[in-house]
Amino acid sequence: MASWTPPRWLRPVVFVACLIPAAWVVAAIASDYFNGTRLLGSNPIKEAEHFTGRWVLRFLAITLAVTPVRQTLGWNWLQKYRRMLGLFAFFYATLHLSIYFILDLELVWGDLWADIVKRPYITIGMLAFVLLVPLAVTSTAKMVKRLGGKRWAALHRTIYLIVVLGTIHFWMAVKRDITLPLTFALIFAVLLGYRVVKARQRRSSSSARTPAPSPGTAR
Amino acid sequence: MLIKKPADIKSSEITPESLYYDRRDFLKTAGLLGLGAAAFGCVESGNAATQQEKDVLTPLEDVTTYNNFYEFGTDKSDPAENAKGFKTKPWTVKVEGMVAKPASYSVEDFIKPSKLQEHVYRHRCVEGWSMVIPWMGFPMSELINRVQPLSSAKYIEFQTLHDPKQMPGQRSPVLNWPYTEGLRLDEAMHPLALFGVGIYGKELLPQNGAPLRTIIPWKYGFKATKSIVRIRFTDKQPRTAWNDAAPNEYGFFANVNPQVDHPRWSQATERRIGEFRKRPTLMFNGYADQVGRLYTSLDLRRNY
Repeated sequence: MASWTPPRWLRPVVFVACLIPAAWVVAAIASDYFNGTRLLGSNPIKEAEHFTGRWVLRFLAITLAVTPVRQTLGWNWLQKYRRMLGLFAFFYATLHLSIYFILDLELVWGDLWADIVKRPYITIGMLAFVLLVPLAVTSTAKMVKRLGGKRWAALHRTIYLIVVLGTIHFWMAVKRDITLPLTFALIFAVLLGYRVVKARQRRSSSSARTPAPSPGTAR
Repeated sequence: MLIKKPADIKSSEITPESLYYDRRDFLKTAGLLGLGAAAFGCVESGNAATQQEKDVLTPLEDVTTYNNFYEFGTDKSDPAENAKGFKTKPWTVKVEGMVAKPASYSVEDFIKPSKLQEHVYRHRCVEGWSMVIPWMGFPMSELINRVQPLSSAKYIEFQTLHDPKQMPGQRSPVLNWPYTEGLRLDEAMHPLALFGVGIYGKELLPQNGAPLRTIIPWKYGFKATKSIVRIRFTDKQPRTAWNDAAPNEYGFFANVNPQVDHPRWSQATERRIGEFRKRPTLMFNGYADQVGRLYTSLDLRRNY
């Protein structure tokens, strides 16, 4: 199974599937606004914010699940989808932020600034978004080469901090019922916990072997 | 008429034609309920020109499907879904505490002595959205005068039914059940403060707090108590559900105030359900002329 290669049509299909929630929410907002439909219920802007916010966390979870799934099931082909999935997390974060700033705050910069300065859950959410930007920018093969694999990987480990911030942002934003933020927190705990365990295993196995400095890894 | 200049929404301007038919239905229902002849005197209008933006009745569909009623679930759509089949008959309301005539009423007897009237009020949720709702009800003061609170009574406390079998939200400790709210007695005596029994000319639906709820239009929505079973007069400020849950976010007074932000969002503006653009929030939800005098000696920033 490890050598299985996905059919060529899979990539465009996954790409389009990832776009469906975004296409739906944009169409629904437009329809609710122009046609007076109720696709997003009584408070469409709030609903669109929550809807896109949940998709950011879902895509972050899916992206972080790639490595554990690949390693435990041997689905190495999944690796080729990781960048696209991560970029979709960024795409949904951008959409989430745009709906908040354009439709909810009505493009008032003063209100945006006041929210960032005064409201910790916005501060944290905005920080998470800002930290996502360099990851999106350096997602190309060219940038990996320019930065060098090690530095690139170190930079992209920011994603662990970003999911923690994103979950805190969600947790603080809900009024009282923490079921969903708690669910995301547990999912991320498993995904991050997997990495902690792996890192421990690597360290203990390497120290057990008392590695001789190999020329390739010496710095 | 008891209310001289109660609201600035001219109900004749905003009551849709279809409502007249609904009113007839309500008359029939009210008759069946034994409410007696309900009088539908519309609220007299104040000066509509002072209104910065037009107030239009929020469609019934929004009023009955976009609800915060955590007893039936925390999503806005949960109450409409989970309150189906909620039993409001028979229904008993207890009046107790520092009162000359404590009593246990059937809800029909509770309502009967009062003349029901339509009151079109703005409704502002602490979350930053608002509606305009045509309520049916009667001033709280009528009940209070009937039961005669003792001079020692300074506050009135309201309590929602506690019945986890019927109210699935009460099976998890999202709030301290039963939902409890309270008012200073002088606030409750204000003619704008109502007991509500109907909406849009019809009986209240369960998701709106059937069969009996409070309506305090100058306060955030969570100050209202739905599906009331107990009213208590006391000399101590009652503990209240949201204040227990998050004291730094939800105070006892909860007066609508655009100058005092919620810790997590501004209260300066609001989004009227059905509109895409925000509008400025008015002091005391636009009822400052009527209720401002209740708070002249109160620091509203500290007593949010």
